[in-house]
Amino acid sequence: MKPASFDYVRAESVEHAVQTLSGADGDGKIIAGGQSLMPMMNFRLVKPSVLVDINRIAGLDRIELRGDRMALGALVRHRMTAEDALIAEHIPVLHHAMKHVAHLTVRNRGTFCGSVCHADPAAEVPMMSLLLNGSIHIVSERGKRVLSAGDFFVGSLMTALEPDELVTEIEVDRLPAGTGWAFEEFARRHGDYALAAVAITMERQNGVATNVRIGLMGVGETPTRMPQLEAMLEGSEVTERTLEEVVDALRSAIEPNSDLNASADYRRYLAGTLTRRALSDAWLRARDMQS
Amino acid sequence: MTGRIEITVSVNGLSYTRSVEPRMLLSDFLRHELGFTGTHVGCEHGVCGACTILLDGRSARSCLTLAAQVDGASIETVEGLGSVENLGRVQQAFRDHHGLQCGFCTPGFLMTITDMLRHHPLESEAEIREALSGNICRCTGYEHICNAVRELAKERGALK
Repeated sequence: MKPASFDYVRAESVEHAVQTLSGADGDGKIIAGGQSLMPMMNFRLVKPSVLVDINRIAGLDRIELRGDRMALGALVRHRMTAEDALIAEHIPVLHHAMKHVAHLTVRNRGTFCGSVCHADPAAEVPMMSLLLNGSIHIVSERGKRVLSAGDFFVGSLMTALEPDELVTEIEVDRLPAGTGWAFEEFARRHGDYALAAVAITMERQNGVATNVRIGLMGVGETPTRMPQLEAMLEGSEVTERTLEEVVDALRSAIEPNSDLNASADYRRYLAGTLTRRALSDAWLRARDMQS
Repeated sequence: MTGRIEITVSVNGLSYTRSVEPRMLLSDFLRHELGFTGTHVGCEHGVCGACTILLDGRSARSCLTLAAQVDGASIETVEGLGSVENLGRVQQAFRDHHGLQCGFCTPGFLMTITDMLRHHPLESEAEIREALSGNICRCTGYEHICNAVRELAKERGALK
């Protein structure tokens, strides 16, 4: 199908973009890469009256290391995130996860911030922003605010972003040197949305795991962290027995949906298997990085 | 702001100026306004890859791009790769390896592969298959397409 009619505004600055959004009476939409928005407009699931194109705004395409945080601007394409040397060095788990984001052609256009705003519960980028304690920098004519990724994701394809607000950048943690990590995903076809995926980071000190993070996607209405499992592992040695305990706890904690692609039981089982694999990989990687 | 928008765009090296409705997709603009019907429209939501073109040198789905967005940009379509009398190198490799049957998906594959040969190492079989994974072909079973790309990657050598 074709999109319904709309007015098109090429924003010249962030101020121009939010001014236009504000004037659209809640019916404006920002377009950056358009890789999620355009399909929805083609299906007429989304029919904005004003489309605000931010692609020509200068300075939004930067990836910057700021102390222990990495900032990604609103026009950072998936390809740039995937190929960035700073990200590969300081956040290898994100570098690796980007290989699973759709296909190369889609990565040429799609953006990091746009994927977070789309908030698909089975997409990699929202889950990675949650895993890495992302903070979402938001601007509107009413002012600026910053939300944590945890507060930003409200439901499937739903966020705390108001219709007059624009996300200008997202900051995520860089990982301390020596951090072990793993990313495991299963999708029926390469590049499809995942049936389930897990990302893990952990450090290893004096033979035990610390600063453990577990992020999951595809198993609920939003991407999710698993604080209770992270706490189980904190200060423990990772052994076959710990893995079993964590995987059992995970399978009872999550409530995945059933759909055309997989039943809830299958997803629950899969999430456990991927988590066991990822935990063991992250643990071994943390050891290898110490030596 | 309202109504039609005038855009000037370079397609395969020639400059075109047209006035378009904001909602016109780049795929429809190329086909209906400029007559570049080599760009095929399959699923129209970014899944099949048939409409893939190059936008400023990188592959993009023309069905997920608005004509209004490409003002001032440089577009390459399958028509720019070669002609019936004088096939381009990627087209010739498809012919040599029987990389097509019905040909509907072929323009998208050719444009994707052009981007991948310019920008991606394509050193392993896995990389080649991943590079092609965003394009769907219902005839060939992909083997012959992979054979064509393997030959092209080998011929090109290491990425500069």
